[in-house]
Amino acid sequence: MIVSKKDIPGLLDKMIAGCEVIAPVKKGDFTVFKTLASGAEAVLDAGNTKLPAKELFFPQSETLFSYNVTAEGANLQAPIDDKKKVLFGVRPCDARSVKLLDNVFNNDKFTDPYYTARRENTVMVGIGCNTPASTCFCTSVNCGPFDTSGLDLLLVDTGDAYVVEVITDKGKALVDQAGLAAASDADKAAADTAKKAAVVTCQVNTDGLKAKLDVNFYDPIWEKIHEKCLGCGACTYLCPTCHCFDIVDEAVDCTGCRVRNWDSCAFPLFTLHGSGHNPRTSNKERYRNRIMHKFKYFVDNFNETACVGCGRCIKNCPVNMDIRVVLENIRGSEARLDS
Amino acid sequence: MMKNPYLPLPMKLVKNFTETEDKLIHTFTLQFLSEEDEKSFPYMPGQFAEVCVFGKGEAPFGIASSPTEPGFLKFSVAKVGVVSTALHLMEEGTTVGVRGPLGNYYPVEQFKGKNVVIIGGGFAFTTLRSLATYMLHPDRRGDFGKITVIYGARNPGLLLYKEELAAWEASPDIDLITTVDREAEGWNGRVGFIPAVTGEVAPSAENAYAIICGPPVMIKFTMPVLEKLGFTPETTIMSLENRMKCGIGMCGRCNVGGKYVCKDGPVFTRAQLNELPGEY
Repeated sequence: MIVSKKDIPGLLDKMIAGCEVIAPVKKGDFTVFKTLASGAEAVLDAGNTKLPAKELFFPQSETLFSYNVTAEGANLQAPIDDKKKVLFGVRPCDARSVKLLDNVFNNDKFTDPYYTARRENTVMVGIGCNTPASTCFCTSVNCGPFDTSGLDLLLVDTGDAYVVEVITDKGKALVDQAGLAAASDADKAAADTAKKAAVVTCQVNTDGLKAKLDVNFYDPIWEKIHEKCLGCGACTYLCPTCHCFDIVDEAVDCTGCRVRNWDSCAFPLFTLHGSGHNPRTSNKERYRNRIMHKFKYFVDNFNETACVGCGRCIKNCPVNMDIRVVLENIRGSEARLDS
Repeated sequence: MMKNPYLPLPMKLVKNFTETEDKLIHTFTLQFLSEEDEKSFPYMPGQFAEVCVFGKGEAPFGIASSPTEPGFLKFSVAKVGVVSTALHLMEEGTTVGVRGPLGNYYPVEQFKGKNVVIIGGGFAFTTLRSLATYMLHPDRRGDFGKITVIYGARNPGLLLYKEELAAWEASPDIDLITTVDREAEGWNGRVGFIPAVTGEVAPSAENAYAIICGPPVMIKFTMPVLEKLGFTPETTIMSLENRMKCGIGMCGRCNVGGKYVCKDGPVFTRAQLNELPGEY
C-alpha cells in the first residue's frame, strides 16, 4: 500500500470522523502526542516526541474509580476507557516499549483493566526512522529504526509518499477502510532503499552485560556510577518503559476518587516503610535498581531488556548522565559514542 | 468482563479492639456484607490485603484471621501513618474497603505430616496467628505433626491475642512458649530474646519446617540458631514486608531483585531469599 504525503491530512480527517486519532503535534520546541482535531495538525517528520507513547495507555494521572461511601455500603464507579483509537505516527522504539509494558500490566497473575482496554482498542500506526538521532541506540537493545514490534502498520518514508507495510490484521482492517492504493515494485524498492540508508550510528556493546549484572549487585562500581545523578527522576518520567506508579485518594470525607500517578524509583519515599526503614537508603541503591530493573530483572522475568534505545533519558538529563556510558562502564570497557 | 483488581470490596467494621497495652496496635474485625462477597475472597494463611479507609487511602496488612473462621476478616494494625491512624480512630459500623486476597501463602500442603515450628516476634505475629489457627482446626489438626509456637514481645502488655494464647497454653494440640525481653511484674513465663529462647527450646529440625516472622534484628540472630538446630534453607520459611501500593506486581516499589513481595511473596523460603539481594 502507499499513501502520498499530501494526502495524509485528508486521510487523518477521514479517520477522525470515525474514531479518536492521536498523533504527534507541535508544542513549543518539541512535539507531543495529542488527540487530533484536524489532520493538518499532525507532525510526522519531527523524530521522537518529548514524552513517550506510554502515556496513551498508562496516563501520567488517571482515576481508577470514584466512590461515594455511606453507612449502607459503597458505590464505586470505574471509568474504563474502551474507545476505539488510532495512534498515528508512533516511532518503532515507542511501539516496542508498549509491547514490553504488556508483560507488566498483564502479568502471570493479574490484568490491569485500564491499560488492557486501551491497548485492545488502539491501532498503532508507526513511522520508521530514516534519520535516527545521535542519541538513538535502538539497534543495541533488540530494536531498530524500522522494528515492527507492537505495531499494526508501519509507514516507510520514501520522499513524497509513505509505503505502508501491514503488520497485523488490526492494521489491515484500517488500511482496507482507508482504501489505499497498492504500492508499485518501484515504491517497494524505494522503501527498501530508505531502510538500508537509515543508520543508527551509536552502538552500545551489551555483550556480557547481563552476565555481569547477574553477579555485580554488591560490586563497588555502583558507588561510582550514581555519583553524578541528582535523583530527579526525569529519566524515569520520560522513559517509555518505566511503569512505576503511586495510588492516592483525592476525596472530601467519603466522596472522591482513587487516582494513580506516575512515580519513580529515583525517589527516597518510593520505598520508605511506615516504620522508617528504607530498603534503598541512598541514591546508589536507587540508581542500581533502575539499571538492574531494565537490564537484569526484566530480562529474568520476561526475557526482554526494558530499554528500547530511544535516547530520551540522555537528551533530558540535567547532569548529562548517559546510560550508554553507564552500560559500557558496567561492562568494563570503553564507551564508543559516535555522535 | 475481567475482574478489576483495583476495586475494593466494601466491608463493615464490627470491632475496633485495642490489642496492646501501649494502645498502638488495634485489631479490626471486618464483616463481609454478603455471602457472595465472602465467596469472592477465598484466602489462605500468609496472604495479605489492601485495607482502605475511603477518603484517606489504602495500605497493605497481613490477614490475621484464618479461613477456618468464616464471616469476617481480622487485621492487627500498628498506628503509623495516615491510613492506620484513620483506622484506629474509626467507629464501629463504618464501611471500609478490602482488596485481595493478595500474595502467596504459607505452604500448608507441604506441612502435612510434618512438625511445624512457628517463631514470631512483636506484632509480626498476625499471619502466624492465621497459620496456627488454620492448623489447629479440628478438621485439619490431624494433618500435621507437633505444632510448636515460640512467641515473644518486649513486655507482656505487647503480646497480641492474649485470650487465644491462654487457650493454646491449655491445649494439648499445640506447644506454646511465650517470652518477654525483660522481667515484668506478674509475668511467670520465660524471659529472654527470641534467638536465645529458640536455642533453649531447641525444637527438632527432623521432619520439620520453621516459619519465622518478626523484626529484622530478631530474624538476623535467630537464623544461625535455626541453622544449628538443623533447619535447612528449604525448610526455613519467612514472610517479607516492603512498601506496597498496587499489590499486584505493577507499581514497581516492593521488588527484591526481580521478585515482587506483593505478587511473588510475601512468603519465601530462605533458599529463595538467598538467591536475591537483601533489599528488604
